[in-house]
Amino acid sequence: MASSPLAYYPGCSGLGTSMEYDRSTRAVCEALGIPLKDIPDWSCCGSTPAHTVDHALSTALSARNLIQAETIGLSDIATPCPSCLKNLKTAMARWQDPKIGPAAEKLLGKSLQERHRVRSVLQVLYEELGPEALAAKVSRPLAGLKVVPYYGCLMTRPKDLMDFDDEEYPVSMDRLLEAAGAEVLPFPLKVECCGASMGIPLNKAVTRLSGKILELAASLGADAVAVACPLCQMNLDLRQGQVEKANHAIYKLPVFYYTQLLGLALGLPERDLGLSKLNVNPEPALALIRQSRPKPAAETAATTEDAA
Amino acid sequence: MRIGVFVCHCGSNIAATVDSAAVAAAARDFDEVVFSTDTMYTCSEPGQTGIIEAIKTHALDGVVVAACSPRMHEPTFRRAVERAGVNRYMVEMANIREHVSWIGKDKEANTNKATELVRMAVEKLRLNRPLFPKTFKATRRVLVIGGGVAGIQTALDCAEAGLEVVMVERESTIGGKMAKLDKTFPTVDCSSCILGPKMVDVAQHPNITLYASAEVEAVSGFVGNFEVTIRKKVTCVDWEKCTGCGLCTEKCPSKKAYNRFDEGVGPTTAINIPFPQAIPKKAVIDKEFCRYFTTGKCGVCAKICPTGAINYEQQEELAQEKVGAIVAATGYDLFDWRAYGEYGAGRYPDVISSLQYERMLSASGPTGGHIKRPSDGKEPKTVVFIQCVGSRDASIGRPYCSGFCCMYTAKQAILTKDHIPDSQSYVFYMDIRAPGKAYDEFTRRAMEEYGAQYVRGRVALIYPKGDKLVVRGTDTLMSSQVEVEADLVVLAAGAEAARNASGLAEKLHISYDTYGFFVEGHPKLRPVETNTAGVFLAGACQGPKDIPSSVAQGSAAAAKVLGLLSKDVLESDPQIAQVTLQRCIGCGKCIRVCPFQAIRETDFRGQRKAEVIEAVCQGCGLCNATCPQGAIQLSHFTDNQVLAEVEALCRC
Repeated sequence: MASSPLAYYPGCSGLGTSMEYDRSTRAVCEALGIPLKDIPDWSCCGSTPAHTVDHALSTALSARNLIQAETIGLSDIATPCPSCLKNLKTAMARWQDPKIGPAAEKLLGKSLQERHRVRSVLQVLYEELGPEALAAKVSRPLAGLKVVPYYGCLMTRPKDLMDFDDEEYPVSMDRLLEAAGAEVLPFPLKVECCGASMGIPLNKAVTRLSGKILELAASLGADAVAVACPLCQMNLDLRQGQVEKANHAIYKLPVFYYTQLLGLALGLPERDLGLSKLNVNPEPALALIRQSRPKPAAETAATTEDAA
Repeated sequence: MRIGVFVCHCGSNIAATVDSAAVAAAARDFDEVVFSTDTMYTCSEPGQTGIIEAIKTHALDGVVVAACSPRMHEPTFRRAVERAGVNRYMVEMANIREHVSWIGKDKEANTNKATELVRMAVEKLRLNRPLFPKTFKATRRVLVIGGGVAGIQTALDCAEAGLEVVMVERESTIGGKMAKLDKTFPTVDCSSCILGPKMVDVAQHPNITLYASAEVEAVSGFVGNFEVTIRKKVTCVDWEKCTGCGLCTEKCPSKKAYNRFDEGVGPTTAINIPFPQAIPKKAVIDKEFCRYFTTGKCGVCAKICPTGAINYEQQEELAQEKVGAIVAATGYDLFDWRAYGEYGAGRYPDVISSLQYERMLSASGPTGGHIKRPSDGKEPKTVVFIQCVGSRDASIGRPYCSGFCCMYTAKQAILTKDHIPDSQSYVFYMDIRAPGKAYDEFTRRAMEEYGAQYVRGRVALIYPKGDKLVVRGTDTLMSSQVEVEADLVVLAAGAEAARNASGLAEKLHISYDTYGFFVEGHPKLRPVETNTAGVFLAGACQGPKDIPSSVAQGSAAAAKVLGLLSKDVLESDPQIAQVTLQRCIGCGKCIRVCPFQAIRETDFRGQRKAEVIEAVCQGCGLCNATCPQGAIQLSHFTDNQVLAEVEALCRC
């Protein structure tokens, strides 16, 4: 594992609605020996509102964070949030656009120096650590937990920009969760839209779209959904009651961040993973995991050897 | 030398951006130019007459034509000067159309460049020498590679006209893709009923030698005198003895072999005859599934065979054939639609390809002509067809239209209704391309008489829900999302170049395009010729084609072969390499670079020298560029001629 730290961009939701994503990401990375260094004085990436109003503004807001990373001498940047990821990557591309780059530079009064590499934490875990190395570090396999992986629409798309995994049928999270010992079900709607921020202006868009995802997950016999996006998690978890009401259905499906599940598999204390922040009661799913016995030390050693 | 220069206007093709008259005027000052003029269409009848008259009036012994690419009209002008009594190699062309007028808008710059190209051509022509072709006897036999409907047509036409035909087919039976089809559009007549008799004719024609389960290993030689090595693959069955009785296939205990002929719909036995009408009707063992080879124990077929034809130890054999011409008719393969993650990438058993569906529709197919879902064998009531899977999609590297999918999808929708009257078909399409005779009427019938619902739009996602498949697409005419719960999804997979087409092209020394399709001599005027003399094309190996077009090309290629071999002797191209013995030091570098094995070592008064085999040399010039002594020179493109051109450019 590369020991040089990654510049870490938590994103605004990491301080609020997805506090448990940020917390579990930090805990998992620490346990796996991936040093993260917060970008000093980072600011909002502009999120959806900025780029719907002004591309130069959106580019400037995101690029500022990349420039901040330069101040601590890091150009390898990781963020857990796919929306922040898309904005940071888009900003780098738009910086080269003669119509947008100079305008953004004028707004900031600074220019982007380095050729940054921006990745999701999922991509970092998958590419730099990999499922085999992860499996070697698992002490409490998630055996008995049937989980559907849900990537959301942004993690792999648009293909040319995100440049990660199969854009229509990604498997990186599947492989990591399998390595953690979970039973990962093939999930055809893994890159479907959950309704995103339409929950506020047009709630039925979310209840319909998230409804499809939850309904299929339930019909496949899943015990839980694993996600990688704060907004997806909010729609599927916090709004699950609304979705159930609109669709006259009961799902009771806990929606974990995949980092929370990896943390459990690595034997991290539940309090470090922010499980209490989940809306749908995760206890039934957690009970399934607790039933599974810790891996005997000998087996762990053997796996490590195999991986080596 | 007395040189005449003719600068063409090509209508407005050249004259719009090149001042042809000014080029002609400038050429009058060039060395040894005694006549120069500009003409509207130099290739036209009056244009050619003008050249002939100028040769006579001005006693010209060399001509420069500044016009289009020599690939277009060099033969035309060579014939013209020959009619005026000048050697045909005393013509040079300056390409001022493709290389000048079509690619630049600045008239002044273009005119200068055109003048420079004419000066180069004049300087080269000054060093041209009359060349005389030799004649050689041609082998009046033809090799047809591929036994699909195009190759069958070529073979039968040639054989009927009295040529000996050697046909090589890599599968164990001829028939190609057409043999797998149930019905054909737009007449809905039975495919095997119209193809079967032709296949039998191939087997029975005294002039046709068929090598099935065989591939072309190597080709050497040249037009009129090709030497072909054919590799006969291991079938583990002695075809001399096999009578095609089929007893072995009945008794074979390994019944789960992959059925290539049925596209994997339903299994076959490890020893099998692909289908009842197979030609040749001979059994083949699939070693991957044969118990004798996988477990070392079995041998049932060897015990049961009444003629003792089974030979587990059979080895590959090579056969040699001499032919005068070659026709490539290697067809196409289906695009591997698993590239589409959104269609399940092969994960869902009830998402199948159009050719698999065709096998299901066929009465002699694995389901006996009953449409059954692969997952549970149930009869589907809602069938969704998706067109343009692997066609017109730049994102997966297939930007071209496969041409026949619109038609076969309409046919399959019609047949679905015939087989299951209470079924409903949906067809997702981008555009309906049905430009053939009675084609558009046929697609209308699918919609109007057979009630197929045509939805204009792409499908974004297929996912399973219970025992149904949800097909989500867009209806671009209604600007709405569409979701259909289907029992079966049929993907109209597009055509791509046949497996390893590029490898064969390299053996034949013919060009292929980005997608592996073979390149014809001219997209309009030489559709079945290639740029390699004596090698012709027929059918979908040149680009996706339906049956009528493939058959038409099969006959066209036969006509070209017959024309070529109607003469007893052929002329060889004199533009070949020649060795100046005094200069040759016998280093052998030319022998090593020659891609045609046209140079050999000889002993000249005790010294090692290179010698060109004139009949084999293709005039590529590699040896000329390689020779450290300048001893080997390509006639018509000698070092001096190339240097004269360069010098002419430097003087401009």
